[in-house]
Amino acid sequence: MVRVRFFASLREAVGLEQEDVKLPAGATVKTLLQTLARAHPGLGALLEGRGVRFAVNRCYVPPDAGLQEGDEVALVPPVGGG
Amino acid sequence: MALKLFEVTTKPISADEVVGRLADPEVGAFTVFVGVVRNNTDGRRTLHLDYEAYPEMAEQTLAQIGAEIQERWPTVRQVAIVHRIGQQEIGETSVVIALSAAHRAELFDSLHYAIDRLKEIVPIWKKEVWTDGSVWRSEQ
Repeated sequence: MVRVRFFASLREAVGLEQEDVKLPAGATVKTLLQTLARAHPGLGALLEGRGVRFAVNRCYVPPDAGLQEGDEVALVPPVGGG
Repeated sequence: MALKLFEVTTKPISADEVVGRLADPEVGAFTVFVGVVRNNTDGRRTLHLDYEAYPEMAEQTLAQIGAEIQERWPTVRQVAIVHRIGQQEIGETSVVIALSAAHRAELFDSLHYAIDRLKEIVPIWKKEVWTDGSVWRSEQ
């Protein structure tokens, strides 16, 4: 099980701030995204080519990064601080 | 308790207060960037802004920017970055970046670097709210 956190436009699209997702052993961020896209119609389109980054346990990682039980995974849409 | 140098807060913030966190008798100069809520984007009237953060990671990445600055510019003595989140009205301060050093050399370059990096890596989002709609805004 990993905990997924949604922010800003993605939080509004999914209608959740966070969600616990069960994944098979050896899952990567990419596996998680496929699982999420099936569960949330419309989310897949928002994740394609829109500059969404991924953080595992508060550090940016590439989409092929492996996930461990208990990880916190954040979907990070383009940031806009300042 | 030591003053927090990298903070995300829902409370109002001020440049003077953040600069005060870097008070030190060996400091001879500060540079400060103050980000303020503007009343329009490309001419479109803004009612207010709503900032959202991934607070734990935002504070961690703000601290990372501070560490990067002190590695690149060793004469910079201290860095403080405080970002406000939640609803903010026109003219309110959304972010304060303060840097201190014995002398002014390198303080301007490092300040520029700090705001550029903030807009690149810190997980904070800004929603512009208009009379007839809203949009999540990014400069990326």
